[in-house]
Amino acid sequence: MKGTFGRLSRTFLSYGVRILSLLLAVSIISFVLVSASPIDPVQQYILGLGTAVSPEQRAEIEEYWGVNEPPVERYFTWLGELLKGNLGESALYRRPVADIISERFANSLALMFCAWLLAGVIGFALGCIMGIYQNQWPDKLIKKICYLLSSVPTFWLGLVFLLVFAVILKWFPIGFSSPIGILSEDVSIWQRLYHLALPAFTLSLMSFANIALHTRQKLIDVLNSEYVLFARARGEGKWTILRRHGLRNIMLPALTLQFASFAELFGGSVMAENVFSYPGLGSAVAAAGLNSDVPLLLGVTLFSALFVCVGNMIANLLYGVVDPQIREVSR
Amino acid sequence: MKKLNRRTKVLLLTILMTVILIAFYAFAVLIPESAVASSFLNAKLPPSWEHPFGTDALGRDLLMRTFKGMAVSMTVGIVASGISAVLAVFIGIAAATGSKRVDAVISWIIDLVMGIPHTVLIILISFALGRGLKGLLVGVAATHWCSLARLIRGEVLQLRSQQYVAVSRRLGKSSGWILVHHLLPHLVPQFFVGLVLMFPHAILHEASISFLGYGLPPEQPAIGIILAESMKYISAGMWWPAVFPGLTLVLIVLLVDRLGDNLRMVIDPYNAQE
Repeated sequence: MKGTFGRLSRTFLSYGVRILSLLLAVSIISFVLVSASPIDPVQQYILGLGTAVSPEQRAEIEEYWGVNEPPVERYFTWLGELLKGNLGESALYRRPVADIISERFANSLALMFCAWLLAGVIGFALGCIMGIYQNQWPDKLIKKICYLLSSVPTFWLGLVFLLVFAVILKWFPIGFSSPIGILSEDVSIWQRLYHLALPAFTLSLMSFANIALHTRQKLIDVLNSEYVLFARARGEGKWTILRRHGLRNIMLPALTLQFASFAELFGGSVMAENVFSYPGLGSAVAAAGLNSDVPLLLGVTLFSALFVCVGNMIANLLYGVVDPQIREVSR
Repeated sequence: MKKLNRRTKVLLLTILMTVILIAFYAFAVLIPESAVASSFLNAKLPPSWEHPFGTDALGRDLLMRTFKGMAVSMTVGIVASGISAVLAVFIGIAAATGSKRVDAVISWIIDLVMGIPHTVLIILISFALGRGLKGLLVGVAATHWCSLARLIRGEVLQLRSQQYVAVSRRLGKSSGWILVHHLLPHLVPQFFVGLVLMFPHAILHEASISFLGYGLPPEQPAIGIILAESMKYISAGMWWPAVFPGLTLVLIVLLVDRLGDNLRMVIDPYNAQE
């Protein structure tokens, strides 16, 4: 018992160190990249104010922001504030970055979670069908669709859906996370889901191919095994075999793969949110880059890295649970 | 006529695809500026025989504009995936032949690059280089080498354990000589297949990022910019500027993807018997 506990805590400790080192590196690299940019944030900030600024005022702003300090010093000031939970103030939205991230992440999380779930369920079901009808027409057809979808850019699929379902058929709203003209407290969960449906569906279509093809391969491996041959000899049908022998073996690897795909999920949500003007982190980061909102850009980058790290960590832990061989090695 | 065997068929198909792609690219590059001149008389025309893809809000022919845009996007894709593939070869070899520490550092860097969503990383790099063609190129190139580098690392590790490499070493050949004469020739097919298979990803990322408004200026219409412009008119029911350029992009990407698969089939000795 003590051994198990010790191993677990050691695993968590090593993951913790790894995540922290990665996040630190991300913070350094993103800071260096942003500092190297030829785009002058002070100029952009002044343009955003919309009023004329005298040279003295400009010098004051530069003084306040610490633009003229050496980069290393600036980095440590920023990192110090970051550790205190202060991510700075967004030049674009004139609000603390931490507030914007937490508010928009709630929106993004709803979108990404729906898409993630949908992609997982659709992908898994299609993967099972492909595996069972291996090399027959359903398998070939779905495989074609999977390959086709991986060549289609997310944003274009979103555009086409917007065109077909929102503009021509008018089944879904054109954008945003809630109806216009209604206070945010009055928006019901159904209205939110209604606005979420199209972007989430687009996003899930982009990511189910991977999981479907993976599940297909796993299921075919299982179906070629001797215990399935024996089960068949006992007279079990296709679906009984799938339920009794297949699902248990392929469920957890599929789940692991899903957790490991957080990076693509986030990248896809950036595109989907921009097409559907959905107010999430993805549209925030694109706007931040375009409007030279450095604090917001840095904040979202760090946050997305954290998000991906957590997904990868869950996937790694699940690997250990799924595969006793890996567990043995890590001991 | 003698029936062709499968390998020959694949080979012919591969050559045909390459010729189509090169012809498309050459044709698109040679389109003169005058073909996409704006004329307000022809604005917002739906597809017809004269303008197969219709015209956009400024009366420019969308077929020509799409082709030109595809050429720009393909150039970015080719250059970016070329840089990325060369980078991957160097890093992969370094990881496999260097010390344990070098290997650990490289695997950590790969984790780092994979740890930030690519779209966000490209936005960041593009911002750092002042949003332009250069930022786009460097951004796409910097994010696509990871998986090929891992593949090449594995390949080199496997090659290095081969007997002829060990014999060569015993015969007193330097590791540089072994690298050039024994390792690199084996990596050439991997390199080209990796390059071709990387290209669709690169071009899709390029299109996505220029769709968001980074990268090329509007006068130099990459495919993403044409699609971004179509967003403005989509609620008015103008469907053709959104559908046709996107469809062209998908077709080209599919073609390159199949080309890569076929190339792998031709080159890979394990598939040669099929």
